[in-house]
Amino acid sequence: MTGDVAIARPGRSWLAGLARWETLLVVAIVGLVVLGTTLSPHFLTAGNFSNLIAALMEVAIMAMAMTLIIVAGEIDLSVESMAGLASSLIGFLWAAGVPLGLAIPIVLLVGALGGLLNGLLVARGGLPSLVVTLGTLALFRGLALIVLGPRGVSNFPPEFTELGFGHVPGTLIPWPFVIFLGLAVVLGIVLHRTWIGRQIYAIGRNTGAARFSGVRVMRLRTSLFVLSGLVAALAGIILTSRLSSARADAGAGMTLTVVTVVLLGGVNIFGGSGSIPGVALAVIAVAVMQNALRLASVTVEVQSIALGLLLILSVVIPNFAHQAKSAIDRVRGGRPPPAGSVRRGESPAG
Amino acid sequence: MAESGVAVGTVRARPGSQWLAVVARQRELSLLAIMIVLGALVTLTAPQFLTVSNLSQVAVLASVIAVAAVGEALVVITRNVDLSVEATMGLVAYCVASLLERHTLDSTGAIAFGLGLGLVLGMINGVVVTVFRVPAIVATLGTLSIFRGIDYLVAGSHQVPLASLPDGFTDPARDSILGIPVFVVIVVVIVVVGSAALRLTRFGRQLYAVGSNPEAAAILGIPSRLVVFIAFSLCGLLAGVAGVLYIMEFGTINGTSATGLVLAVVAAVVVGGVNIFGGSGTLVGAALGALFLGFIANALILVGLSQFWLQAIYGLVILLAVSADAIILRRIQRATAARRVR
Repeated sequence: MTGDVAIARPGRSWLAGLARWETLLVVAIVGLVVLGTTLSPHFLTAGNFSNLIAALMEVAIMAMAMTLIIVAGEIDLSVESMAGLASSLIGFLWAAGVPLGLAIPIVLLVGALGGLLNGLLVARGGLPSLVVTLGTLALFRGLALIVLGPRGVSNFPPEFTELGFGHVPGTLIPWPFVIFLGLAVVLGIVLHRTWIGRQIYAIGRNTGAARFSGVRVMRLRTSLFVLSGLVAALAGIILTSRLSSARADAGAGMTLTVVTVVLLGGVNIFGGSGSIPGVALAVIAVAVMQNALRLASVTVEVQSIALGLLLILSVVIPNFAHQAKSAIDRVRGGRPPPAGSVRRGESPAG
Repeated sequence: MAESGVAVGTVRARPGSQWLAVVARQRELSLLAIMIVLGALVTLTAPQFLTVSNLSQVAVLASVIAVAAVGEALVVITRNVDLSVEATMGLVAYCVASLLERHTLDSTGAIAFGLGLGLVLGMINGVVVTVFRVPAIVATLGTLSIFRGIDYLVAGSHQVPLASLPDGFTDPARDSILGIPVFVVIVVVIVVVGSAALRLTRFGRQLYAVGSNPEAAAILGIPSRLVVFIAFSLCGLLAGVAGVLYIMEFGTINGTSATGLVLAVVAAVVVGGVNIFGGSGTLVGAALGALFLGFIANALILVGLSQFWLQAIYGLVILLAVSADAIILRRIQRATAARRVR
């Protein structure tokens, strides 16, 4: 069961609300671009955009899978550690002489297995995803440290570093962006155009009802966590390639940014609503914001304050908008507002 | 623990599943038993484990986590979570150390300031969760980043060395009263006062009521939001205490102090038998959970395993503890359901 504190009413108004949220994001992006341009003449150049996008692609890729997880009413806090474990493993395997053609599939497999562990504990064990993935957040990071220790591996071949660092020939489009776009299109189609997507929304809105309607809740939930683990491992590989260095602490702190991007993209933390295009827009908004802050010579520390505020505001603003809307509806004598006055305490898995 | 959970409470009257009830109710005892067995095993390979100096060192190190874990337990009992404790600890530790270094305040004043700062940070969490109605996980993930950002901002690259602290400030970490380390006495006092308050006061009962069934609590007229707000505030205050103890323990403080400790704090709470679904658990359990983790960390070093294993073991411990909780709870429910049918 998920609380329906902020779930917009289904139907036309829901779509309208979503459209408004995405419009808001576009306006924010345009505003930030204008701001950035006044800050520096280099802001509105293709080279700068290429850089600002490339730096956020690992987060963006993980956010795509996280969108599905949160829409289904769960959360996966372990993604940053899985990225670290992937980085650590690929460094370890490469240093041990395993060719990358073999090492990459192994790492992706480990990612899927890690996701399977999360999925089984959440779906079969009936445990809250918040705690399970907090546990694996520590576990995967610990394994990364055990595998590689404090050393770094950096003598990767140029073909590998090209993956994270290079551009599509003749353009300034970074390769990771292509991967992100591909993932966004595939997962967007799955979520918005297939029965799988409808089942994901169904689980997120009302797990019990979904189960009675014949949705195989356990299997779908498990698969989502497997996907999340797999995608996090992919992000870890890309990160390793972009930095040309494998380290056990790779990706530390990324979960915060991933969750921020997803919620900023209009996905409801209680599950049941949200869209891939919204999250993709949020990725761009955050990338532009970080770049504008950097050009305004705002330090990384202050940026982390801004990100934390953004995370909280991306829940507060829709909440207030929804409350205001319910109030207006009540005045107009429309349908009564949803009974959302009693808080669900914590996780979307509540 | 009579008021500590619906499931455990109902089992008490039904003798059939007595042993399960005992296991569920006596998490504290089973933790102690595991520690004794583990201790015996470690002593076989590393005899220096079972010395007074080593054991008191373990207890002192665990005290910092234990104080924060007691605060976290209050929040978890209300079916919420506070991921920002480590940032609160870090920010309080740096501010207090910095005030002492600049001689702005004397030791007492600086400590009072630190506790006040912790309380305010906890209240901020409480407001975001109860007034702005942001789910605790999102709210405290956000404030984790904000408080840590402020910490970096205030500290910059500066580091307060041990030598800049007033003479004797870090003594409590090494002193003892009647052979018991001061830190342990502090933890015991906090746990005893806190447990008594939970058991004897109306607030204590409301805390468990809100956690075990928020809707029912609201219908009963319990001011749920106020109770949750107070839980977060107290958690901040105790994180402030932990931050001050952290300075005394480690001496040298910078903007990254206490990074990553939230996992240890949550692990301590979960291992200590505080149910993550809210509504049950004790402060003694949370403190013992912290001691248990400290115990494992110490055993690792003595057995010669690298510190790198620690993080992975914390993770495993969290997973094992929640799984055990869920299995016990399910068995109890099945047993009571079966009996009800008969």
